[in-house]
Amino acid sequence: MITAARNYLVFLRRCARIAFVGDWRYYAWMGGLTIVILFGINAYAKQLVDGLIVTGMSDEVSWGVYIANFTFLVGVAAAAVMMVIPVYIYDNEELHDLVIFGELLAVAAILMCLSFVTVDLGRPDRFWHLIPGLGQLNFPRSMLSWDVIVLNGYLLLNVHICGYLLYCRYQDKKPSKWFYIPFVFIAIVWAISIHTVTAFLYVGLGGRPFWNASIVGPRFLASAFTAGPAIIILALQVIRSYTNYRITDKALLTLRGIVQVSMIINVFLLVCEIFKEFYSGTTHGVSAKYLFVGLHGHHALVPWIWTAIGFNLIAMVILVLPVSRSLKYLNVACALCIVGIWIEKGMGLVIPGFIPTPLGAFVEYLPSLNETLVCLGIWAFGLLCYTVFLRMAVPILQGRLAKANEGQPEIQGDEPASVAPVSPATH
Amino acid sequence: MSSPFSSPDKTSDAAMSRRNFLRGTAALGGLTALAASLSPLLELDDLTSTEKFLQKYYKEMTPDDMSKVIKRISNEVERQYGVRPHVRDLKPMDGVEFVYCLNLTRCIGCRKCVHACVNENNQSRNPEIQYIRVLKMPHGSMDVEKGNHTYDDKHVPDPGYFYMPIQCQQCHNPPCVKVCPVNATWQEKDGITVIDYDWCIGCRYCEAACPYWARRFNWTKPQIPKERLNPNMAYLGNRPRKQGVMEKCHFCIQRTRDGRYPACLEVCPVGARKFGNILDPNSEVSYILREKRVFIQLKEEMGTNPRFFYYFDK
Ligand code: SF4
Ligand code: SF4
Repeated sequence: MITAARNYLVFLRRCARIAFVGDWRYYAWMGGLTIVILFGINAYAKQLVDGLIVTGMSDEVSWGVYIANFTFLVGVAAAAVMMVIPVYIYDNEELHDLVIFGELLAVAAILMCLSFVTVDLGRPDRFWHLIPGLGQLNFPRSMLSWDVIVLNGYLLLNVHICGYLLYCRYQDKKPSKWFYIPFVFIAIVWAISIHTVTAFLYVGLGGRPFWNASIVGPRFLASAFTAGPAIIILALQVIRSYTNYRITDKALLTLRGIVQVSMIINVFLLVCEIFKEFYSGTTHGVSAKYLFVGLHGHHALVPWIWTAIGFNLIAMVILVLPVSRSLKYLNVACALCIVGIWIEKGMGLVIPGFIPTPLGAFVEYLPSLNETLVCLGIWAFGLLCYTVFLRMAVPILQGRLAKANEGQPEIQGDEPASVAPVSPATH
Repeated sequence: MSSPFSSPDKTSDAAMSRRNFLRGTAALGGLTALAASLSPLLELDDLTSTEKFLQKYYKEMTPDDMSKVIKRISNEVERQYGVRPHVRDLKPMDGVEFVYCLNLTRCIGCRKCVHACVNENNQSRNPEIQYIRVLKMPHGSMDVEKGNHTYDDKHVPDPGYFYMPIQCQQCHNPPCVKVCPVNATWQEKDGITVIDYDWCIGCRYCEAACPYWARRFNWTKPQIPKERLNPNMAYLGNRPRKQGVMEKCHFCIQRTRDGRYPACLEVCPVGARKFGNILDPNSEVSYILREKRVFIQLKEEMGTNPRFFYYFDK
């Protein structure tokens, strides 16, 4: 028992240590991120003092880019499941080890989600009112209370799965199936639920016709399953070029298949939505008219949404053509998907839901500088977390950070494994 | 990271101490930068006290807890505004359910109710928070999207228009209550939906959910000139709010639960506003809802079933 605890502490210490060592590029990257984070903290401190008035939000548009980013990132977190499904259900060898990278991305994304919700609160000091037992969680009536539960649950699930698998690999032990397979299956269902619940957050509001449409849920899933794997495709290539971790093109192309299909479904659902809003000509389509073509001299969102649609369409065309088997084109398509869907979820979904107000007033919204800095800070924080996670996970997966080499000189950079042989995949 | 760097002196003592020195400097620099980035917090004057931080949920407070909280609030108000307020925790009365009726034939759009409300309910004056929004509507339409929110006519009423004041409709089925993640807002027995300003976390989900755009958020620290403060206060009513919480019309709880009329009704120069107990068959509102041929609940299709009715004379 005591040795087990000691071993675990040593494991944690060695992981923490490696997060702080690397070559100059690592330091430069982490230093840059830290600076952006500090700017974000500074902006948030100002917001804490003066209130949310330092954002571009108002009583008319009462949610802005914080909630937009939150919504987008829930999708990214949910999409980690896209790598898990083929591995555990179809036993796809190519993706086996990469699942960990996907799940770590989910963890980083959820951490960002939680940060985005927190900075959006008017009274973050009262967060404990949300804790069941201590506070008054309005479960199951409020969709937001569902979101609190599913997001935190998802975080725990993924932390457990990644942590357990990595620790087993570190000890060169075969992971016991009972300790993680059930959780993996729960996580798969759970991933769908986090995004569905987040969609229901909007869909449940009868007073907002733009959101109160059943298509919002499916569209959320489709767009998440496009943007999420697209991010993973790019992330895996970064890992491959900065470490000597072996990631095959075939794995990337498997993910391409997922992005491809999801994007087609996403665009199809968009067409359904546009048709319904415009063809029937009812007054319910006011927000959509404002979004797509502008109304009564207000058209702040028009350039955004057409950029998003343009990006998505170009990405779809590239993805269905065989050229996207070449990584160069695939990367372009992925980048377009990510930006396109980010805009679509934020400027294209959250903001127009508020315009016009339920009383018909048109008040537009643009994020303020302070708000933007807070957002950048949180993104930098997320990237920093993901970098640290990878920094720990890669050497463990390669067998260079293992129990076997405890006490030997610690690895510094990403030198090829000379300390311990690369152990074959153990699970 | 890919370049295997293997400087020969990697583990020599000199290199070690140089690295440690560099690390120390980096850590120190980082801490300084962190402190600098947090410096705006020095201006945070309204720091929460343990007592405030741990304050219980309204419905879980004993009378004893409540009197302590009321004392704290009174002290705070006195310190801030130099006026000793009279704060009460007024409970709903038995056999009472409030209803509001507004005569659209009479309303002239003078916005006197809007300002009387601000004065009565201690809303922030800068930025000004108003619970009532009066729409100038073209003849013949009840579609709020045709309304003008910012009309600025010298003389009202403007021919060819009618005026529709909108405030919290005190729904029977309030979407705002349903969505609140922490039960900070709820419907009371007498039909009034209230907010515990000390429990609200400021997520603004209720503001998005309300189909009548009735809720207002304190985007910054509310400002009320000392001489304008209304010292007659209720816990769930018009006591001064803090930055970062939600508020809205509560049918002037501090008056109506004390047998008086809401401020907006008293000030209305044309008698367009009627208020009373729907459970009392002899009340004016009961008479109106019984005798008028047509009365309207705004956005009836939302299923919110408002306790606010619009009617016409002829
Ligand atoms: S009008 Fe709006 S704020 Fe008032 S009870 Fe209904 S939903 Fe709630
Ligand atoms: S802003 Fe306050 S009252 Fe409104 S839903 Fe959030 S916690 Fe509840």
